[in-house]
Amino acid sequence: MKLWNHYHTPHTIPEALALLGDYGGRARIVAGGTDLLIESRAEGHAPHEALIDITTIRELCDITHDGETVMIGAGVTHSQIVKSTLLQQQAACLVESCGVVGGPQVRNVATIGGNVAHALPAGDGTVSLVALDAEAEVIVNGDRRWLPIRDLYLGPAQSLLNPSRDLLLRFRLRGTKPGEASAFNRIMRPQGVALPVLGCAVWIALDEEGARYAKARVCIAPVAPTPVRSEAVEAALVGQATTDATLASAVAAAHATLRPRTSKYRATAEYRHEMIEVLLRRTLITALERARSSQVS
Amino acid sequence: MSVLMITVNGQAHEIDVPESRTLAQLLRLDLGLTGTKIGCEEAECGICTVLVDGTPVNSCIYPAFKAQGRAVTTIEGLAQGETLHPLQREFIRHGAVQCGFCTPGLIMTASALLDENPDPGVEDIKHALKDTYCRCTGYTSVIQAIQSAARHKHGAEPLPVNDPEVDEPMEVISRSVSPQQVVEKVTGAAKFTDDFTFPGMLFARTLRSPLPHARILAIRTEHARTLPGVRAVLTHQDVPAENLHGLVYRDWPVLCADVVRYVGDAVAVVAADSEEIAAAALGLIEVDYEPLTVVGDPKFAHSPEAPVLHPNHPTGNLLKHIKVRHGDIAQGFAEADVIVEREYHTPTTEHAFLEPECAIGVPAGCLDHEKLTVYVGSQIPYQDRNQIARAMGLPEEQVRVIGTLIGGGFGGKEDIAGQIHVAMLATVTGRPVKMLYTRQESLIFHPKRHATIIRIKTGAKRDGRLTAVEAELYGDGGAYASLSDKVMTRATTHATGPYVVPHAKIDCYAMYTNNVPSGAFRGFGVTQSAFAVEQNMDQIAALLSIDPIELRRINAQKVGVTTATGQLLRESVGLLETIADVERDMHTHHPSQDFAWTWREGHKAYAWGIACAYKNTGLGGGAPDKSEAEVEAYEDGTVEVRTAAADMGQGIAHVVAQCAAEELHIPYERVRVLLCDTDLTPNGGPTTASRQTFMTGNAARIAASALREAITQSVAEMFDVPPQQITYEEGLLRYNGSRVSVGEVVAWMKQHGLDARARHEYWAPKTEPLGSGGDMHFAFSYATQAALVEIDMETGEILVKKVLSSTDIGRAINPLMLQGQIEGGIVMALGNCLTEEFIIEDGIPWTRLLARYKMPSIKHTPEIVSRLVEHRAAEGPYGAKGVGEIPSINTTPAICNAIYNATGVRIYAIPVDQDALLRAVKAGQESIMTAWSDVR
Ligand SMILES: Cc1cc2nc3c(=O)[nH]c(=O)nc-3n(C[C@H](O)[C@H](O)[C@H](O)COP(=O)(O)OP(=O)(O)OC[C@H]3O[C@@H](n4cnc5c(N)ncnc54)[C@H](O)[C@@H]3O)c2cc1C
Ligand code: FES
Ligand code: FES
Repeated sequence: MKLWNHYHTPHTIPEALALLGDYGGRARIVAGGTDLLIESRAEGHAPHEALIDITTIRELCDITHDGETVMIGAGVTHSQIVKSTLLQQQAACLVESCGVVGGPQVRNVATIGGNVAHALPAGDGTVSLVALDAEAEVIVNGDRRWLPIRDLYLGPAQSLLNPSRDLLLRFRLRGTKPGEASAFNRIMRPQGVALPVLGCAVWIALDEEGARYAKARVCIAPVAPTPVRSEAVEAALVGQATTDATLASAVAAAHATLRPRTSKYRATAEYRHEMIEVLLRRTLITALERARSSQVS
Repeated sequence: MSVLMITVNGQAHEIDVPESRTLAQLLRLDLGLTGTKIGCEEAECGICTVLVDGTPVNSCIYPAFKAQGRAVTTIEGLAQGETLHPLQREFIRHGAVQCGFCTPGLIMTASALLDENPDPGVEDIKHALKDTYCRCTGYTSVIQAIQSAARHKHGAEPLPVNDPEVDEPMEVISRSVSPQQVVEKVTGAAKFTDDFTFPGMLFARTLRSPLPHARILAIRTEHARTLPGVRAVLTHQDVPAENLHGLVYRDWPVLCADVVRYVGDAVAVVAADSEEIAAAALGLIEVDYEPLTVVGDPKFAHSPEAPVLHPNHPTGNLLKHIKVRHGDIAQGFAEADVIVEREYHTPTTEHAFLEPECAIGVPAGCLDHEKLTVYVGSQIPYQDRNQIARAMGLPEEQVRVIGTLIGGGFGGKEDIAGQIHVAMLATVTGRPVKMLYTRQESLIFHPKRHATIIRIKTGAKRDGRLTAVEAELYGDGGAYASLSDKVMTRATTHATGPYVVPHAKIDCYAMYTNNVPSGAFRGFGVTQSAFAVEQNMDQIAALLSIDPIELRRINAQKVGVTTATGQLLRESVGLLETIADVERDMHTHHPSQDFAWTWREGHKAYAWGIACAYKNTGLGGGAPDKSEAEVEAYEDGTVEVRTAAADMGQGIAHVVAQCAAEELHIPYERVRVLLCDTDLTPNGGPTTASRQTFMTGNAARIAASALREAITQSVAEMFDVPPQQITYEEGLLRYNGSRVSVGEVVAWMKQHGLDARARHEYWAPKTEPLGSGGDMHFAFSYATQAALVEIDMETGEILVKKVLSSTDIGRAINPLMLQGQIEGGIVMALGNCLTEEFIIEDGIPWTRLLARYKMPSIKHTPEIVSRLVEHRAAEGPYGAKGVGEIPSINTTPAICNAIYNATGVRIYAIPVDQDALLRAVKAGQESIMTAWSDVR
């Protein structure tokens, strides 16, 4: 089965935009193809007229850090992220979440931009980017701008981006400082498709004594049509002592506000409800340990 | 078309190809590098892995033009000339190659790992190979091979091979020789059906029914026929003779005429200049359907409301009612002190052999093919020939079936797939025609393991002795009979377990439905009944406060007892020894001095579970069972064994070669094997029912010994010495202090008009039909397994840490490869318990993608300890009996018993749903009746 007719490997952003324009909506952006091509095969539609591969655009494939801000190109692969010592320090949860996606063959081509653009409510890399409060640089309808990653999503598998016209360029996030840390964890089932039952990423900042949570960002997914922060959980943490009691109130806040659904052949709502507690505890404890040890050193 | 510049295995290419090519297509079609295999085209199976600039990628979804200017390494580029890469060498040494279809992918993925990590631990290997599947080996040998190759690479001694201990090894028998064609399999030179091409070859596709049950009102093919590049569009009207095939009942249309009975039923076939044109033509065929009531499950099928699916079948939707009657069931339960009655559910499961079905037809008179020829990797070539001939209206002698290598079968390549279709298309077009199924098509089309509902009642006395078993089984046979009759018979006759049960009453209803057909699958029905039997055993043990091992020992079959079908067991019943082995190993492998069935560490619960099994060897039940082999010696001192027995990776090729080498006292390396060519090899019979080692092993052994006699006789005449004074040694014959080579004797025989060739048709010991009370089977294999599980009591996640097994196989002809069968069988059965289900919703398959069917990956592989028990079967070759299926039978109940011991929750439906398990644990529930597919 033929999945596309023409394949283009532009080297610059303008070249890519020009190609998209030339095809007038009949071309499609591709990165690793691990979502797009598999969906195309599963659906058995007519081939895409053209695929525009963005991974040959050098500037979309780098990870950089200017001391304050970390930049990750949309064309950066999961493997690049996993192997990046910079990200291991600055964005531990992202490294963890990208490390559990597929096997090496998939991680070597699947990009973080593709994960975000695919817009699943629980894409593993996406969940971590949300917890890291990442922003995305996009060109939407010719207009180039930065926006918070959450604002990219309209619904399940629906984003602001029109994949025959718009480009996701890169992400930026604040690096992790001493006293701050992030962690990611997920629950899978051994049957059926490789989508998590539930994923959880947290980012926390401790106060100077390391006794209280100064800031917290939590993303548990899927609990809504798009990946969302759990603000009630964050509120239950911020300003509170790093104790078991706080953990318990964070769990209570999660249980009170998050309404996971049953997804066919993936998980029941009840099970997800139970897993919210397990995941949140496990992930928070890891983040807390990391934050404390970073504060010491 | 565009120009692609690419370096492949060090060689630069500048090549004009369509931009739509994937890298896998470029390698296979344009560069002829067929070592890279395609298993799914979904980035799921990983067997298409190649390296791009040293990095492993799935070439099936990697656009060729993405590799513009890059360097690609494939399996063909790994060896340095004749010198194999350490991975290739160690895969062979450790027995990590069975069918070989996955081998290029495993080796390429592993080679990238070794480039990055020169000394990987087991966890590193599991991480790197997580998405590179092998359905045959169970991965244990793969892990060893990779670690051994790593040592090799940095100059350390390779790891010793984990060769099992065996009794009385002979010259070649009971020695772990390398399988046939293994070098070809590790270098990518091995040819599977899709690796063959012929000049002028056309590509075929099949139009399949989208509905589970419907009347066909009209089929219009005009538009498809006129599409440029289309060479033929055939429907039921074009079937030359009989439009029905089938192995036991001929009820399956070659192409549906008036009704379709499942999603996937074939309605039309197309041959065209390219696969793309053929696919496009399918879209132009118009079929008008009138939907009919769908028979979605076997109980509904049995009800009076259900429409009758096969009006010509005398018992309606009841394909077969199978009965076992033994003793007096009422008396049996009257004598019982405890009774356990439970209902169990098992799902439809998929073989997921990694090579999708492929067949090539070449018409008579085309390209040196004298007769209509079909190339196919099939488990039953002679029955293929028979079924092709019937449909084509030809005498069987005018059809030739040539078997290619088979990339796994497990029972799923016994039925007709594309064989008849390519014969028709080749005949009509006068050109060779290839029909390769996509994975997605393979999934919906081919017969699966039967879903069953098993209600089973077990009675026992206070002292543990079983008194009675009463059972009712429903088997979902699906739309066509396939092997349902035989499979469900096996489920029924084995429903007492390998125990002495004086009173039994078992009824099984094999039903027609509108689901995918069910047929043979490793374990042949016994996998399902063992799931029920062995969990009832543990419940009886608990009620009586008897240790589960002791309960099995008390009831175990042994020589001198009678089975529930009335068969007196006269020899070769090693069950007690397998129980003793596993009990001993459980103590050795227990983490502490004092054995306990279960213990806790934090939120992890651990427990052991145990289960026993038995499985017949051979067709049995009164079916005439025979196999024929021919052995010929040549002037160069080599020997060829010829037989049509299929090697789908299980290794019958090396078994017959070993038998011939042993009998002729020549080195194994001098024997080659020609399998499955209906013009050149005699009929070895179906490769099913764990029968080939016994049947064709015997045929080859006896033919080789006849050839030895002929050679001895010739030497006696050549040198005028009495035959008794002639001895054999390493391919030489010694007499009177002189010696002559086998080759020289063969030359002499030829000069004197003698054939250096012998044939033997081996007939199995006679068996009796079910119900007659005689010997239903001529041999049984036995096994005991213990599973150690770890349950996360917070999440319900289940991890199988260890499986300890002991198997009585009579004689280990090739210990290392036999161990591979056991390890592979155990991991496959672990999938049956924990990961696999082919889901069908009202006749519509949900499992249309491999991505929706998870077979165990290397990450699931437990530590496996497998011991062999060799209670010789007097009639078997050197005492051997069957091994193919026995390891896949008791792993599931062993795991489920362990889950119960760890959590207190009894599993009545598989695959186990961690979601339901956790909820049951939290709610203090004692059982779960739902499985994964009930999560909705
Ligand atoms: C075996 C397997 C296992 C997997 N396991 C997981 C898992 O565990 N967790 C998980 O989250 N995912 C998983 N995935 C899904 C997948 O790998 C990820 O979502 C991946 O990140 C997608 O990236 P890609 O580069 O392959 O995207 P593509 O498939 O190339 O693109 C995805 C979508 O994004 C668009 N797009 C891509 N890049 C851009 C861009 N720069 N600008 C605009 N639009 C763009 C495309 O047009 C397309 O619509 C798995 C996939 C496979 C095959
Ligand atoms: S992953 Fe490429 S063929 Fe399966
Ligand atoms: S040897 Fe791995 S799939 Fe057959």
